[in-house]
Amino acid sequence: MFINTKIHVQNVRKGFAKDDGYLDVIADLDFKVGDSEFVAIVGPSGCGKTTLMNIIAGFLAPDSGSVQVDGVPRDGPNRKGIMITQQGSVFPWLTVRENLLFGLDEGNPEREQLAAEYAELVGLKGFENNYPHELSGGMLKRVEIARALVVKPEILYMDEPFSALDALMSLRMQNELLRILAKERHTVLLITHDVEEAVHLADRILVLSPRPTRIQAAFDVVLPRPRRVSSPEAQELRVAILKELGVTESV
Amino acid sequence: MKLLKQSLPSICVLAAVVAIWWITVVLTESVIFPTPWQVVTGTLELAKDGTLWEHIGASLFRVGAGFGIAVLFAIPLGLWMGWVHGAFVTLNPLFQILRPISPIAWIPIAILWFGVGNASPIYLIFIASVFPMIVQTTVGVHTIEKRFLRAAENFGVPRGKLFRRVVFPATLPQIIVGMRIGLGVAWLVVVAAEMIALRSGLGYMIIDSRNAGNRYDLVIAGMIIIGLIGLALDGIMRLLEGMKSVRWRYVH
Repeated sequence: MFINTKIHVQNVRKGFAKDDGYLDVIADLDFKVGDSEFVAIVGPSGCGKTTLMNIIAGFLAPDSGSVQVDGVPRDGPNRKGIMITQQGSVFPWLTVRENLLFGLDEGNPEREQLAAEYAELVGLKGFENNYPHELSGGMLKRVEIARALVVKPEILYMDEPFSALDALMSLRMQNELLRILAKERHTVLLITHDVEEAVHLADRILVLSPRPTRIQAAFDVVLPRPRRVSSPEAQELRVAILKELGVTESV
Repeated sequence: MKLLKQSLPSICVLAAVVAIWWITVVLTESVIFPTPWQVVTGTLELAKDGTLWEHIGASLFRVGAGFGIAVLFAIPLGLWMGWVHGAFVTLNPLFQILRPISPIAWIPIAILWFGVGNASPIYLIFIASVFPMIVQTTVGVHTIEKRFLRAAENFGVPRGKLFRRVVFPATLPQIIVGMRIGLGVAWLVVVAAEMIALRSGLGYMIIDSRNAGNRYDLVIAGMIIIGLIGLALDGIMRLLEGMKSVRWRYVH
């Protein structure tokens, strides 16, 4: 499958105390993500995808089990893996340039140059001194991606990154992401409810079951790149994944 | 042009108020209550001999000093209380008790502690404006959205940078709201304080005009000047809200 394991999610369980008892969210998850692999996780809404992502990225501790990155157990978030969420977290009080500089060490002599370089990479050249509220939703996403990439993370954790965008912009951002990832390889963990997006982007797709969630099925996506989501093979895969999610489609 | 069109209704209301005032005074043949024109001439008289500027300067100085000290005190304290839970639960009850006490109630104690010089009104202004600013700053820190703190945590920036680049700028819009409230209260209080024990300032001018021969034209002149300066002070604070790095909070 892959040679080097980047992320190892090992027997992770997680639940939350509720007013009327206990909510079991993650039953028993165990999977590996290879170095430079792009893994998409799809699942029904409310199945605990975001909880899982927060555990893997280090924002949340599992009840039992562990997450290992490069063989080292996780004990908190760090800049080795940057999280990108649906809501986004570009700082509205900083300009585009200041946002890109945020994660870079003050002592780094190349920081200004790096910021400019990554602004250009995501197509934000000329907007460096704009504030986020002056930008569109798609451009804001670019800022977020650039801010993540500029610190040279090894892993990107993407939790429904393009869900808040309209369909056209979402597709455009997917293509952008692929273009950027072709330039610099990263290990990517993507959570999405959009099966087509998963088929478009991922090397492997894990389908999660409803809560308490476990891995219900896994698909290797062997389609050549650049992919056409409308191709028969891609559609076949999409139908198969949707079937796992309990959606049957008359073709 | 658009500005003129927008402010036309309010100008009409002001003109109507002045007209009603004028007509009423003339009709009732009041000997004490002045007409608008008498107020204007009275104001010009004071402006000419320079006392008006002295009073305005004295009031502004006291507000500037009291409010300035309050800002220096409230912002660090509010940030600390917002960030450190222990500081909040320890100090918040005290401030919640002190906050509803009218600054006017502090006047006797202020005189006892600071005498009748400038220090008394400065202390009263400090007391009046410090609490709203502490509260707003604390609320500002408490309402920083978690996604921003998470992002900062994700990039693992040092503590100083976290404060400089995230906590403070995220709170700044609320701090400015607090400063607006604080300065508004400060201006209210300086006039009240000057009515008690001082020999200068707009509050003193009003009381002195009444006591020294029922010069109600100057009483009303003082009131109008206080109103206009208050408006101008609020306008200056509103300019702060226009800063690009805080506008994110006010747009939408």
